[in-house]
Amino acid sequence: MEHRDDIGAKLGMWVFIFTEILLFGGLFLVYAIMRSSYSVEFHQAAHHLNAFIGSINTVVLLLSSATVAMSITAVQKGNNKLAVILLFITLLCAAVFMVNKYFEWGHKIHIGLYPGSDLMLTLSHGQVMFFSLYYFMTGLHMFHLVVGGIILTIVMVKVHRGTINPGRYVLLENGGLYWHLVDLIWIFLFPLLYLIT
Amino acid sequence: MTEEKTHHPEPSYLEDTGKYKGLMAWLTSTDHKRIGLMYMYAMMVFFGVGVLLGIIMRLELFFPGQQFYGPQMYNGIFTIHGIIMIFTVVIPGLAAVFGNFSMPIMIGAKDVAFPRLNLFSFYLYVLGAAIALASQFMGNGPPDTGWTFYAPYSIQTHTNVVAAVFGAFVLGFSSILTGLNFIVTMHRMRAPGMTFFKMPLFPWSLYATAWIQVLATPIVGITLLMIIAERWLRIGFFDPSLGGDPVLYQHLFWIYSHPAVYIMILPAMGVITEIVPTFAQKKVFGYKAIAISSLAIALVGYFVWAHHMYTSGMSSTARWVFSLLTFLVAVPSAIKVFNWVATMYKGSISVKPPFLFALGFIFLFMIGGMTGLSLGALATNIHVHDTAYVVAHFHYIVFGGVGFAFFAAVYYWYPKMYGRMYNFKMANWSCVFLFAGFNLLYFPQFIIGIMGMPRRYFDYLPQFAFGHQLSFFGGLLLSIGFIIMLITLFSKKGAKAPDNPWGGSTFEWRVPSPPPLENFDVMPEMGVNEEPYDYK
Repeated sequence: MEHRDDIGAKLGMWVFIFTEILLFGGLFLVYAIMRSSYSVEFHQAAHHLNAFIGSINTVVLLLSSATVAMSITAVQKGNNKLAVILLFITLLCAAVFMVNKYFEWGHKIHIGLYPGSDLMLTLSHGQVMFFSLYYFMTGLHMFHLVVGGIILTIVMVKVHRGTINPGRYVLLENGGLYWHLVDLIWIFLFPLLYLIT
Repeated sequence: MTEEKTHHPEPSYLEDTGKYKGLMAWLTSTDHKRIGLMYMYAMMVFFGVGVLLGIIMRLELFFPGQQFYGPQMYNGIFTIHGIIMIFTVVIPGLAAVFGNFSMPIMIGAKDVAFPRLNLFSFYLYVLGAAIALASQFMGNGPPDTGWTFYAPYSIQTHTNVVAAVFGAFVLGFSSILTGLNFIVTMHRMRAPGMTFFKMPLFPWSLYATAWIQVLATPIVGITLLMIIAERWLRIGFFDPSLGGDPVLYQHLFWIYSHPAVYIMILPAMGVITEIVPTFAQKKVFGYKAIAISSLAIALVGYFVWAHHMYTSGMSSTARWVFSLLTFLVAVPSAIKVFNWVATMYKGSISVKPPFLFALGFIFLFMIGGMTGLSLGALATNIHVHDTAYVVAHFHYIVFGGVGFAFFAAVYYWYPKMYGRMYNFKMANWSCVFLFAGFNLLYFPQFIIGIMGMPRRYFDYLPQFAFGHQLSFFGGLLLSIGFIIMLITLFSKKGAKAPDNPWGGSTFEWRVPSPPPLENFDVMPEMGVNEEPYDYK
């Protein structure tokens, strides 16, 4: 016999989101401690980040969160076609984000600025910590973005096939919740890394 | 299976009803009872390996100086012993085995909220354990950092730390998903009429445990990832030569690993809280106090982590605050002990094996808890920090506490699991051997610890030899007890078990032994005036 409990499924997703927040919480703790020890060097190092690309990525992610939320409403109203389009836009935003990140990371790695590099060893301790945190935090965030993208791709296929429909869309809601988490973490990463100059 | 059993209309969960037969039917089953048993078998194997390593360690320590193998191997052995025992036995421990087997029945549910996720957790557990075990044989030899992976040594050593750390990470993920599953199960699937304060107390303790699993484990997850990144990429968070801080690692590690002690012990307390009223045939004393003290332990347990680090370099303010909080967390634990004893008072006690183990638990837990306070006090801690005293203390908690509660739980729910009884006399003997062996093994460690025997040392001064020798013989006695227990439980089929052999009052004793696949023929309800422990 089938057991179905949408509220339970969403509760499960929320609990999982708490877990994810604490996973990043450990990193934010390290950030807070390092920044209080090396506040001047953090300011200097943050100049090397491109706040413009960071801002674009922020806007892109906010837009993607909006489209995911809209896709839920679309499914609720029975418009699966629109929902697929909105989810596709979301995934497109994720791709734009990743491309931007590729250029950002690629440039830094090209000039030799990455953990363990020779250039890194010539920098002050505080700057080393900043760039290590930059790579670790944005790297882990990107990993979550990819996972979220995979989830939303599956969801999109299901919406297209109609297995997600106005009577049954908790998977879409959970995918959306996860995507908001990815967005939310970036909202904290962006000022902490890019805007402290 | 098409043939009908004569005594029960529904086939029991032990019979294969799905599309697979035999072993595959177990490995693909999402049934919470089967998953619980699979955890139990896996854990018994790991426990056996851990015990064996412990004996090998004790053998080397029998005389001062080198006997059988060198210090590097000794470092590897105590590390593996720790990793196996902590991460694959006691942390998942009671929650994974009996949380899975008993909890859904006790709250009147057919299964956990996410059965497939539950099976996935089990496979993550197997995978994590396999990686942790493999780390011992691959690469440049077994890790030699101790199970705590303290930086900066864990970053510098050439042994196979990354695999062990990654194994622990995967095991943590399994633990998180189990906790998540249990939280949702207890929120959404309690029987009609069973409010939170009518839920039996073992589920209550699992509820508190599940929140620790969900909220504390990710911290160690990210910390272990940082260790891997340190080793592979030199990110330097814990490396002073790059500006990092090794003490920060200790903080992050213990932010999880102290609450992890409560992940281990809370379900153990829950089991004892089931056993005591059943065998005293008396309503549990102070139901709400026990339920709330579980949550209190979980909550306060979050804020005591730095008591592992009094000598690591902290401000004196931080030290006394953490010391105070450590004393505070002892209060709810003591409340539980008080309640167990008060429940027994004027009860009609029948000393069957589970009860005997429960008594053993209370005795050993008291010693473990009291010595924990002397470690939590600042002045005495400086004296006994990193000595065998600490080793004795935490073994009294994680083995004397969790281990004995685990054995008690096995003997308590065994008739429900297999529909068979076991030989009480043999079971009592196993308890006697385990109890005597345990005390002989660990009590001398308190004494040589106070005398100054450091923990994790390969060699020692001659005056500690007698204590170590006593410990070795204690270890042998203990192993004999464990073997007697295995023989008692698994050597031959016992008499058929009735549905309610102990006169218990919770839901699992109202269903057949072994229970049918979906636990209940008729879904249970709880009346308005009904309470979880209604005895005359």
